[in-house]
Amino acid sequence: MSEYLVNIENERLSFFTPAGEVKALNGVSIHVGEGEVLGIVGESGSGKSVTAYSLMGLTAYPGRLIGGDLYFNGHHINEMTEKQMRKMRGNEVSIIFQDPMTSLNPVYTIGNQIREVILLHTDKTKKEAQERAIELLTLVGINEPKKRLKQYPHELSGGMRQRVMIAIALACEPKLLIADEPTTALDVTIQAQILELMMELKDKLGMAIIMITHDLGIVASTCERIAVMYAGNIVEYGTTDDIFYNPRHEYTKGLIRSIPRMDATEHTRLVPIEGTPVDMLNPPKGCKFASRCEKCMKICLTEMPPVTQFDEIHYTQCWLNQKAEMEEASPQSSGKEQAGSPAEPEQDPQIAEGGAANE
Amino acid sequence: MSDLIKVEHLKQYFPAGGFGAKKKYVKAVDDVSFTIQKGETFGLVGESGCGKTTTGRTILRLYEPTSGRITYEDQVIFDSGDVPYTDRQGVPEKDANGNIRYGKKTAVNMLPYRRKMQIVFQDPYASLDPRMTVGDIVGEAIDIHKLASSKKERYERIIELLKCVGLNSEHANRYPHEFSGGQRQRVGIARALAVDPQFIVCDEPISALDVSIQAQVVNMFEDLQASMGLTYLFIAHDLSVVKHISSRIGVMYLGKLVELAESNELCFHSVHPYTRSLISAIPIADPVVARKNKRILLEGDVPSPLNPPSGCRFRTRCPYATEQCAAEEPAFREVSKGHFAACHNLDKVQ
Repeated sequence: MSEYLVNIENERLSFFTPAGEVKALNGVSIHVGEGEVLGIVGESGSGKSVTAYSLMGLTAYPGRLIGGDLYFNGHHINEMTEKQMRKMRGNEVSIIFQDPMTSLNPVYTIGNQIREVILLHTDKTKKEAQERAIELLTLVGINEPKKRLKQYPHELSGGMRQRVMIAIALACEPKLLIADEPTTALDVTIQAQILELMMELKDKLGMAIIMITHDLGIVASTCERIAVMYAGNIVEYGTTDDIFYNPRHEYTKGLIRSIPRMDATEHTRLVPIEGTPVDMLNPPKGCKFASRCEKCMKICLTEMPPVTQFDEIHYTQCWLNQKAEMEEASPQSSGKEQAGSPAEPEQDPQIAEGGAANE
Repeated sequence: MSDLIKVEHLKQYFPAGGFGAKKKYVKAVDDVSFTIQKGETFGLVGESGCGKTTTGRTILRLYEPTSGRITYEDQVIFDSGDVPYTDRQGVPEKDANGNIRYGKKTAVNMLPYRRKMQIVFQDPYASLDPRMTVGDIVGEAIDIHKLASSKKERYERIIELLKCVGLNSEHANRYPHEFSGGQRQRVGIARALAVDPQFIVCDEPISALDVSIQAQVVNMFEDLQASMGLTYLFIAHDLSVVKHISSRIGVMYLGKLVELAESNELCFHSVHPYTRSLISAIPIADPVVARKNKRILLEGDVPSPLNPPSGCRFRTRCPYATEQCAAEEPAFREVSKGHFAACHNLDKVQ
């Protein structure tokens, strides 16, 4: 056990599809303290949602947890039964999905859906639940809450629906809120409203948030720590400042370079990350990013890089960093290393070779 | 630079129930005028439902305009006959007798123009026929316009187009489902390029793609423009991408253009309150700037286009709204050279 609210240790999860095993997560470790906001960024299929869902025991059918330990708020998720899980979901941990259009039930009123959560998890009476529902809608900034409770989801706009989703998620004052691309389906001005609301509620209720998104702009303005995921691995983890001002993994650097800046006065060409995301059915050996990495070395193609820790928080999984760190650790032997040290078999001449092999 | 496309007082109404006098319309595009110069990229931004896509499609006459005039290279391709010729300031021109001059009602056959004007759609998953090979998708336009005299020439042309967008010859025999989103969008672009067009409407071409792929496609658009001298109408809701690629940007709100300016001018010296809040709402990928950035939060949602507010359509969410805004529709006027905005309270906007 630890002092963390969320403690995922070396999680491995695979989807056993007819076409073969898809290793969605290959040893992911995440820690979230109470009241902390963690951002998980990555492209589609990188495993960011799967990580968060597995924490709630929501892994979809062909998927199975095959390794690692998940702790949340004193529960050991691996050993929980479905019944215990149900008690926890919506009560201690809640989730907001990407698409507010499809995550609300169209045949029940808003009120019905909010009250359901309250009645299920507390011993409040129907009348008290109604009052709590009104209170919640007021909290998330919906006007005329009494009228809204009687309406159906289709009568509300996208932004309103997402507010209702947040109200449902917050009904039992959870310790952790998982927000899975909460604003992707919304317009920018509405997105700004929703993000502001989430941050306000976080301060008010003191809950932790895991923010899953592909938008670096959103994590920059809301998160304290960021995990960058690529093909089922956390390739870089650090504080927001670490990630944006001192990125160490080539993928993180590439991501930051590839987005157009709103405050740029001159037209500069974007620097894209070349290539396409990996095929998760037949992942390459070694580092998954190697085929798109400009600084790919020979070893990257054969072996998965270990974790390089820069300070207490900031780490990456990249051979380049591992190599640099090793050289730094033994400065006296740096002259010798050029001749070839036994600890680090990959040397400069082979970097060029590795680059060629990559072609 | 000369104007390639000139759009004057374009209106596009869609019927939305009701009969006779009670017939209701969604005014998707309501009195929009702008020009696109040869070789430039004109960006169109706005929230969903503001009419930006409809504008793009109406210019190509994929929707028949309700009213207005569209001119392509001095050729009128559509004129509803009730739009007066105006000068730069919007004053109607008069003939010798002092009568206002109207255009002649026209609606040309678009087929020859389809060779010059093309479109790339938003969703690469929905815009390619799943039962056609990529080669046939790209080749279809070549067949329709009879651009190849033999099968061999057709094949060579297809391969050339695929190479042009960064795909290779073996991809021609594959089906769309075998491709990733970014590759499909490349196929969509190759299809648009097949007829050697001059003008392409890019309707949110990158919003369905992953972040790391977006930059690749944006760069490809820029390269193609440089090598083939293309003109783009680039429609997107992401202002930062539009700013990057466009030379001029128009901002739409509920079917109206509210501001139009050269792209840096628009991003750094915007005058319309809506543009300002739109810019401030964009999350900046820089933590220090983001923490300092004070967002101008707009109240509420976009009103229904079925029943837009009277006067200025933005007034229900505008922090500067006055009585005048409800009574009178603001004119779209030039505030400085090449910078247009429609607002009554420009002097009050901070």
